Amino acid sequence: MSPATQAMQKDDTQNPAMLWVKDGEALWSKPAANGKSCASCHNDAPKSMKGIAATYPAFDTQSRRPIHLSERINLCRKNKQDASPLPPEHQDLLSMESYVALQSRGMSIAPHRDKRMSEFFTRGEKHYKQRIGQLDLSCAQCHDDNPGKRLAGTPIPQAHPTGYPIYRLEWQGMGSLQRRIRNCMSGVRAEPFAFNSTEMAELETYLASRAAGMAMDAPAVRP
Amino acid sequence: MNRRQALATLAVVMVRPAFAAEGDLAGAIRTWTGGAATKEGRVKLDIAELVDNGNAVPITVTVDSPMTAANHVTAIALFNEKNPQRDIARFQLGPRAGKAQVSTRIRLATTQRLVAVAKMNDGSFWTHNVDVIVTLAACIED
Amino acid sequence: MARALITVPPNAKRGEVIEVRVLIQHPMETGYRPGSDGRILPRDLIRKFSCRYDDGKSNEIVFSAELYAAIAANPLISFHTVATGSGTLTFLWEGDNGFMQSEMAAIKVS
Repeated sequence: MSPATQAMQKDDTQNPAMLWVKDGEALWSKPAANGKSCASCHNDAPKSMKGIAATYPAFDTQSRRPIHLSERINLCRKNKQDASPLPPEHQDLLSMESYVALQSRGMSIAPHRDKRMSEFFTRGEKHYKQRIGQLDLSCAQCHDDNPGKRLAGTPIPQAHPTGYPIYRLEWQGMGSLQRRIRNCMSGVRAEPFAFNSTEMAELETYLASRAAGMAMDAPAVRP
Repeated sequence: MNRRQALATLAVVMVRPAFAAEGDLAGAIRTWTGGAATKEGRVKLDIAELVDNGNAVPITVTVDSPMTAANHVTAIALFNEKNPQRDIARFQLGPRAGKAQVSTRIRLATTQRLVAVAKMNDGSFWTHNVDVIVTLAACIED
Repeated sequence: MARALITVPPNAKRGEVIEVRVLIQHPMETGYRPGSDGRILPRDLIRKFSCRYDDGKSNEIVFSAELYAAIAANPLISFHTVATGSGTLTFLWEGDNGFMQSEMAAIKVS
């Protein structure tokens, strides 16, 4: 990342992602039609959500698979607020997620060592190493074999999702890790995994494990 | 028109960008200054010389001025060479600014020259040119 | 209403030069870019910005700007002003499609 992009992320008065965080903060205590807000159950987010985002994707006992933080927010909406789930990449959803993720800033990424997760982790690793698309490339071929080199002028990172949701300069807005993964997949001319699919959860579970121990820097700015 | 001329015309049409750039850089600056002469100096345009993403490039313009009632900057204008439009922004300030420094984030469609022009209260205009290399241009979507 | 982030020091000494930073949520759609259907997205820009400083004695615009398509989405503008007295700074953004938003920030000058 260029010094300019790093500076943009480090200073909250310049980081455009903070606009979404501020929205998320307002939504946190905004009651749904049934009168319930996030705050009704979880009180103060800086206390109750501290470290939470760093543990996602987490195992969901109902669907019996790992779910992403945005899916958890939607489950709360459905089960506690009698509200309809927000579609993937909805601005309100990204705002809520950014606000929750901010409460883990600087903390170590710590995925649950849940036995039930291991099969998903294994399949995620397989996805990561599987060559796909017309370009016949796997995630590993760029992110494990060639990190630090450049792809069309942009440095290839090591695929550690520490800062999602991110403000991506190319998007000129916020987006989730799922959107980023789908970009990569269409980039190699493959059919992207669907949003909130089991395959996506598997890949995200594997990526989170790879980043375990690294500091969260959400909401991050990336080129 | 013979065949060679026809082919040459075709080639020119094919390399034309989707949007023809509006006017030239010097002309845009002249329009803003009202034709007054500009001098190099007193203005500093700060921007990374190598830009890895043209969608949001931090830029700072600083003018060497005491910013007093008697001697101050009244306006700063930013121009580019190769975006679809020559203008980037215009800022109006005065002695109440205390310091003639403005920052923003801009879009750069490609490698090009940028020019900052400052107008002083004595009617003089001062400029600074910077050439930047853009490796990933603005305005392309995933 | 678009979300805005205003950074003004809450306290300042009289005569001190302070930095003011404003960030607002806005796509700054250029009018030059095709959408996913291949059609050009209509221009939607913030065209003007101003900062009015009411320090109790005077109430005037201390900084203003005209913005064009080359200003990045979610525009950030940073500028300076002399802390002349306690009061309020009023920020106004105006743009295409009737966009208009105003925000205020208080400043205490001693």
